[in-house]
Amino acid sequence: MATTSTQASSRHADVSSKSDHRPDRNFRRRQRWGWLFVAPFAVVFITFLILPLAYAFRMSLFTNTLAAGTDFVGADNYIKAFTDPIFLGGLATVAKFALIMIPAQMIVALLAALVLDNLATWASKFSRLMIFVPYAIPVVIGALMWGFLYSPRFGPASSIFNLVGLSAPEFLSQDNIFGSLVNIVTWQWAGYYMIIIYAALRGIDPGIYEAAVLDGASDRQIATRIKIPMISSSLVMVVIFALIGTLQFFTEPQVLRGVAQGAIPVSYTPNMYAYSLAFSYSQFNYASAISFALGIVVFVFSFLFLFLTRKQSGLK
Amino acid sequence: MKAKFLASAGIVAATAVALTGCSGGGGGEGGEAAAASCTNTVVNTEAPQVTVWAWYPAFDQVVDQFNNANDDVQICWTNAGQGNDEYTRFSTSIESGSGAPDVIQLESEVLSSFTIRNALVDLTEYGANDVKGDYAEGAWEDASSGDAVYAIPVDGGPMGMLYRQDIFDAAGIEVPTTWEEFEAAARTLKESGSDAVIADFPTNGRAFNQALFAQAGSTPFEYDSANPQEIGINVNDDGAKQVLEYWNGLVEDGLVATDDAFTADYNTKLVDGSYAVYLAAAWGPGYLQGLSDADPEAVWRAAPLPQWDAADPVQVNWGGSTFAVTEQASDKDLAARVAMNIFGNEEGMNLGVDEGALFPSYAPVLDSTEFADKEYEFFGGQQINKEVFLDAAAGYEGATFSPFQNYAYDQLTEQIYAMVQGEKDGGQALDDLQASLEQYATEQGFTLK
Repeated sequence: MATTSTQASSRHADVSSKSDHRPDRNFRRRQRWGWLFVAPFAVVFITFLILPLAYAFRMSLFTNTLAAGTDFVGADNYIKAFTDPIFLGGLATVAKFALIMIPAQMIVALLAALVLDNLATWASKFSRLMIFVPYAIPVVIGALMWGFLYSPRFGPASSIFNLVGLSAPEFLSQDNIFGSLVNIVTWQWAGYYMIIIYAALRGIDPGIYEAAVLDGASDRQIATRIKIPMISSSLVMVVIFALIGTLQFFTEPQVLRGVAQGAIPVSYTPNMYAYSLAFSYSQFNYASAISFALGIVVFVFSFLFLFLTRKQSGLK
Repeated sequence: MKAKFLASAGIVAATAVALTGCSGGGGGEGGEAAAASCTNTVVNTEAPQVTVWAWYPAFDQVVDQFNNANDDVQICWTNAGQGNDEYTRFSTSIESGSGAPDVIQLESEVLSSFTIRNALVDLTEYGANDVKGDYAEGAWEDASSGDAVYAIPVDGGPMGMLYRQDIFDAAGIEVPTTWEEFEAAARTLKESGSDAVIADFPTNGRAFNQALFAQAGSTPFEYDSANPQEIGINVNDDGAKQVLEYWNGLVEDGLVATDDAFTADYNTKLVDGSYAVYLAAAWGPGYLQGLSDADPEAVWRAAPLPQWDAADPVQVNWGGSTFAVTEQASDKDLAARVAMNIFGNEEGMNLGVDEGALFPSYAPVLDSTEFADKEYEFFGGQQINKEVFLDAAAGYEGATFSPFQNYAYDQLTEQIYAMVQGEKDGGQALDDLQASLEQYATEQGFTLK
């Protein structure tokens, strides 16, 4: 008995020691496999993001002028960037875009999502798809298309306005280009944000609505008092996406510049400025510094926003 | 398990190799690396190849002609984009130290932008001066800097005036020969109630605007590649101011349009009767014929560019391109031979003239009676070379461009746009341009003359 018990206990001990051991070894083994699965991504990530970033950062510490050659200048390029009126002007432009464009996109996306969430007909599915479709169009194609729509010659505006005896606004003039760009971006991105918000709305337990209805809440009250607060973390995420995108504004103005070179100068936004510095004026070093300076600004603004909305986003 | 582990490790390794392979593939000697991607078919695969970037119309025929005629060297041609698109790629290749072709088409106005980056070979070492006599003087001047020759001229852009005879007749306008008459014609046209304005003055005209300034004696830059740290900037000289004020007056009186050039709108307006006159270079007729939506009733004719002083005519040039040999070329001697010979023979140049509507800088074709007597159906059989462009080319004396011409043009566009918007007058616009270019040049380490 004793022997059996010892045997049993020893066996038990053995088993337990084994089972103590096993998860650990398994875990490490799995970890190794994990690295392997990560590796293809990591190789691409390091080769195409980390290394170029490091290289660009190194470049940004040097200066290479047309006539005088290359010199190490440390932070000089950054000091120059943050005192460069063109760069600062570009930042002011994108800040203006952020102030107008982000609320515009949010309002459209939120309204569409709330309405679609309340409907359950085939029409709502169809509308959902239609609102989302612009996002599926490549940005460059979308901008080119709008370029034609805005064109006084090919666009529909002149014929529409002629019907009521008015002359069409010049969408591509200096005064109107801002609104024209806001329109393109809102058209393209509101659908995407709508889908994010809509998905969040779908995730809310419908029991809450029932309770609210029992308490006598109207549809509007449900929307403003229940739905919106409950999806605030998604809203914060959408604003962050929009904020980062807007600060890096590039593709739409760059494409529209093809038909409005006067109204959209080469340095309209910081990203366009960096692009033209590097590829039109061969100032790769200063362009790298501008890019990093823009990166810093984007980081600071995103961080600031996330910090201010930490309660809504659930980060706290 | 082990096998799978090895397999995945293999995949990772293969990916890594493929990636490094990618980054290595772009480099190498222009020759071998790019050989696989020739647009043309190489005739003699045994012969050494020279890579060429160019965007000339109908260039494929010229390349085939060259490859068939030359047994010991073959061209591998790529169209790397037109104008700025190509320059951007070339610029990036220079920066990375690899990936440039052996021979490259460059407009003469950007040559010094690349010589200052030591990207082009001085062709005098490879016998360029032996063929100097074969080229129009102004074009050769544009391709040289001091004693050095950085490119072989191919085509030029002497300027003339293409006009709509039908619109002129309807408004009772005589063909203007001076800018004063041009303004009077613009007023007559407007008063006649025509839908057309006399012409377009694009704010993004770049080389076009600069050419008009040059006609009144403006010499915006002084620059010599032999002394690359020094530059003289006079973009706000009297000639430029006179011309810009003149056009600003026409703009303010609503006599000309200010549409951006080279947009789809502009292309349509050129041929649908929105403008009565197209102030054009010699490549303009070819450009016009390629545009769609043309007014079928249009009657086009060509005349010399209006002058400031009819007694002392000045001829100017807009555009025109060359072949340069890059520093990255593996066999510079061979590359130089190709640069000199692609269009440096009658067969090649004739193909360029007939199929690509080029205005040749190669004298044996330029001076030939066939070229002078060529009748253009588009102009109702008019001999536009003899009547307009040959004189313009003969009178052109060359111009000097800055080593940051692209920047200068972008700034010019901004200033002219501000002027057209009524923010400043022409003189102020050019003074501001002068200030911004001086500042830029100083920042770039130049000494101002």
